[in-house]
Formats: sequence, structure tokens, C-alpha cells
Amino acid sequence: MSKQTIKIAAVVLCLVALAVIVPRGNSFVVLLVTRALAFAILAMSLDILLGFTGLASLGQAAYFGVAAYLTAILANRYGFGLHWDFWLMVPLGMLTGAALAAIFGLFAIRATGTYFLMITLALGQCVWGLAYRWNSMTGGDNGITMKGGRPQFGLDLTNDVTFFYLVFAFFAATLAALYVLVRSPFGKSLLGIRERELRMKILGYNVWLHKYVAFIIAGAFGGLSGVLWAHTNGIITPETVVLTTSVDALLMVVLGGAGTLVGAAIGSAIVFGLREFGSTLVPWWQYVLGAVYVLTILYLPMGLMGVPERLRQWRATQKKRTTKNLASVPS
Amino acid sequence: MNTDTTMNEPAPVLKLTNLCKSFGGLQATRDVTLRVMPGDRKAIIGPNGAGKTTLFNLITGIHPVTSGQIHLFGQDVTNWPSHRRTALGMARTFQVTSLFPKLTVIDNVLLAIEGLRPTKFVMWRFQSSYKDVYDKAHTLLEQAGFLDRKDTEVRNLSHGEQRQLEIVLGLASNPKILLLDEPAAGLSSGESTEMAHFLMKLDPTLAILLIEHDMDVVFDVADEISVLHFGELLETGTPEQIKQSTRVQEIYLGTD
Repeated sequence: MSKQTIKIAAVVLCLVALAVIVPRGNSFVVLLVTRALAFAILAMSLDILLGFTGLASLGQAAYFGVAAYLTAILANRYGFGLHWDFWLMVPLGMLTGAALAAIFGLFAIRATGTYFLMITLALGQCVWGLAYRWNSMTGGDNGITMKGGRPQFGLDLTNDVTFFYLVFAFFAATLAALYVLVRSPFGKSLLGIRERELRMKILGYNVWLHKYVAFIIAGAFGGLSGVLWAHTNGIITPETVVLTTSVDALLMVVLGGAGTLVGAAIGSAIVFGLREFGSTLVPWWQYVLGAVYVLTILYLPMGLMGVPERLRQWRATQKKRTTKNLASVPS
Repeated sequence: MNTDTTMNEPAPVLKLTNLCKSFGGLQATRDVTLRVMPGDRKAIIGPNGAGKTTLFNLITGIHPVTSGQIHLFGQDVTNWPSHRRTALGMARTFQVTSLFPKLTVIDNVLLAIEGLRPTKFVMWRFQSSYKDVYDKAHTLLEQAGFLDRKDTEVRNLSHGEQRQLEIVLGLASNPKILLLDEPAAGLSSGESTEMAHFLMKLDPTLAILLIEHDMDVVFDVADEISVLHFGELLETGTPEQIKQSTRVQEIYLGTD
């Protein structure tokens, strides 16, 4: 129990440090961290599926993209969500993500393993196709530029630092909400499904329903991430909903450590950091990112959050080896 | 259905009527009819491939039946999904250990207890805040002698301990009928004896249907034994009768 308290304290400390340090940085850093935090919400929503339920979804960008497009379209056409009604846009985005997940889930949840992956990929690409082709609504390949800028409602979100605080607050709230979720009886049932689905059925769980609800919740947080992303970026293109975005989120979760929530956020920070700084340093920065992924999957199956555990094991085997050697020396 | 439940005779916990199951051309279960009354201790024996586990999979709803009916506590559950059958008061264990390997012993038991509670859908409160569920898990683990290992991950338990935990998980939902699929599979003879004693100590009102290869366990635990051969129930009788039966000896115990 106390171990858990220490972990929570460490995370809270890191969050406080982030909130204090980042605003002192230059505008480039502030915007970079804001982007990473907004995207981290998407990665954490995917972690609920991948890390906790054992569902590897390749279509998480769909909910993210639909909510981002909705935010941009409503803002540009009706000026909706640019004042106090931003607070309506947030639940609306979440509802949209959840509703889309509720529809997609009907198709996807019946499948498991690779088939689930393929179906979510296909459904995600349907959304991308729509964004790409529906010119009159989405602007096609050019996407939509948010003409109205960021919302202003007493708080002036056009100020990057103020906007950072807002995204940070949403990030922290999501982390807290999902943390409670994964420790709740429902969250534990997801772990059970990940570990042994058949046993869960026999224990009296309606496994399909639990997966479906988890899928919808992940969609809702994907939607939240999308709303914030629209305002962070200021421009929404089909790139937002393309397969690469889903894969990015998936790799962030794997990189940080699936089933840890915080790992997804760390993964997001590393990917955004490498991308931004790497691209200014060397033209082949993408290879660096690729190498990081490959090495993680090969040597750190539990991701970066698994490093302490890995060290502990290594030390234990080291100790065993020395005692063994000592034991074999005499006589 | 309710016509045969008279006042004198209690309703059967489980009733199988002309149950059949085919996998393509293979008839795994042929016309099985069986009744289990409250508190019954029945065993099903039979050589490998006789269709014992298939029968359990039909009863628990893992496989759909080809024909025939399954009644649980007087209700026709033939087409019900597994989780609804469990909710009526049925539990089972698996021949191949099916625990949650990366979760701790206590988390395994908590999952088993939550399975039939409406709180399993609660997502805004920590599991640890449910005192009653925890207390129950403690009691169950204490009875089974697992309390000292409650925070061990299940994959780090020995095979024998995992087999025992299988049964603890089965009992966690307070079932009225427990289906045990080879509880002694892979256990040493000493461990099997321990397992048999553990089973004999269980609540006498609990009906048990047992599949087992270990004859010592079967003869210790069961009052009645049915022999399954090529999916068909050949003979049913007391352990003594089954021991004496030449037919059973031929197909199962070997002729010597």
C-alpha cells in the first residue's frame, strides 16, 4: 500500500514540477509540451484498451480526428466553442468520440487479437477516407485552418502559457480519472479479461459488455484529446486521422509501458521531444525514433516503466550468481 | 418442466436431457441424460477423448449444444451465455489451470467474488474501498491456507497451489453446484490425497460434479460414478458397483 502512495507522490511531484518549470521556458518549449500533453491523453485512452484490456486497437485516431474536425468545423462555421461555450465543446467532443466508438465497437469487439487489430484499422481508415474526400465539409487534403483562433472566456487561451495550463489541467484530470478507473472493480475486470477471458465468462462477467464499455470510454477520452489538439495545432488535416496517428499512439504506449497510464504520457513526451529536437539536428531523425522503438520492443517488453523492475531482476540474478560461485568455491 | 418437481422430491440442481454435441463428423457427446440433486457428489470417469470436458463445456455454455436440453435449478438454460448460467449458482474449474497469472492471489479471488456482484461495473471507486469483498476474500484465502501468499503473483505459485486456487476461485461465488474438471491433474499422489480431503470438507449441501482420472480421488469423493465412453454414458453406479463392473474394467481400468 505504501509503495503505491510513493508512486502517486512521485507522479504528483513530476506534474507539479512540469506546471512550474514549463511556463518559464521559451514559447517553443511551451507549445511542444502542450502538444505532447494533448496527445498523451489519446495515448492514455489507448492504454486502457491495449494495456489494461489487452485489445490492440489501430483505430484510436478516428475518435481523436472526428472530435478535432468537429471542433474546427463548429468553430469556423458557427463560431461555436470559441467563448464560454468551449466548455460545451469539450463534453460534445467526448460524446462524439464515445458515440463513434459505440458504433465501431459493435463491429470490432466481436473479434480478438489480430482480427481486432485489422477491423479497427479498417474502421479508422474509413474515417480518414471521409476526411480526405468530403471536400465541402473537411476541406479535403488542405484541411481546416481554425480562423477564429483559440477560445477566450475571461481566460485568454490565445496566450500560449494560459493554454498550456488548460491542457495541463485536462491532462492531469484525465490521468486521475483513468487511474481511479483502472483501480475500480470495473478496471480490475478489464485486467481479468486481458489475462484470461474464458475464466471471466465462467466467473459471471459479461465479457463482451465490459470490453464494449472500455472501448467507449477510450473513445470518449480520444475525443477529449481531439478537441484540445484542434486548438493546440490550429489546423486540422487528414493527417490527424490517418493510420500513422494511431500507430504513433500505439508506439507511445508500448514505448512507455503498456498498462501503466503514466507510461503512455512518457512515451508521448519522448516521441514529441525526439521529433521536434531531432528534426532540427539531423535529417535522419526518423531513424533514431525507429531505433528507439525496435530496441524498446526487443529489450524492454514492459517499456520504460518496466526499467526499475528489469533492474531489480538483473540485480537478483547477479546476487544469485555470486552466491552460487561462492558456494562452489570451497571443498 | 415444473411438473416433475413434486413436494416430496427437491428439484434437481442440474438436469441434462438427451444432450448431443457434434464437431463436424465427430460426435463428442451422445444422448447424455443426467440429474444432479442438491448435495450430490457425482463423478464422471472415462478414458481420454471420451468427451468429459466437452460435456462440461456444454453445461457451462462454452460450446452450443447440437441437440438436447440443459436445465439449471429448473430453468432451461440451453441457449444461455456462460455468465448468466454462473449467475444462477454454477461454478467450474478447468483441467488446464485458468487463473490470472500476472495478478496476485488476492486479486484473483477478488475478481471471482465480484463476478456476481453488480458493483463489478463501478468505475469511480477503488476496488480496495469495498471492505466486504475484501473480508470475504480474506476468509476464503484463510480457509484454503493461502493468506500468507495473498500478494504473490499467481504465476509464481507451484502447480499444486495453482490447482487449489482454481477451486478457491470456483467457490468464491457461493455456488450451489460446482463442476470440477480434473482437480488433481498433474498432482503428486500426496497432493492428490490432500485435494481429496479438501473436497470432502466442502459444504455438504454443495452439489459436485467431478471429472477425474485419479481413481483414489474419485472413490474418496464421489457417491456415484458415471462412465463416459465415446461421448455416451455407459454405466452409472456406486463406486463399489463401478469397481466390480466387468464392462467398465474392459474399457477403462484395463483388463488384467
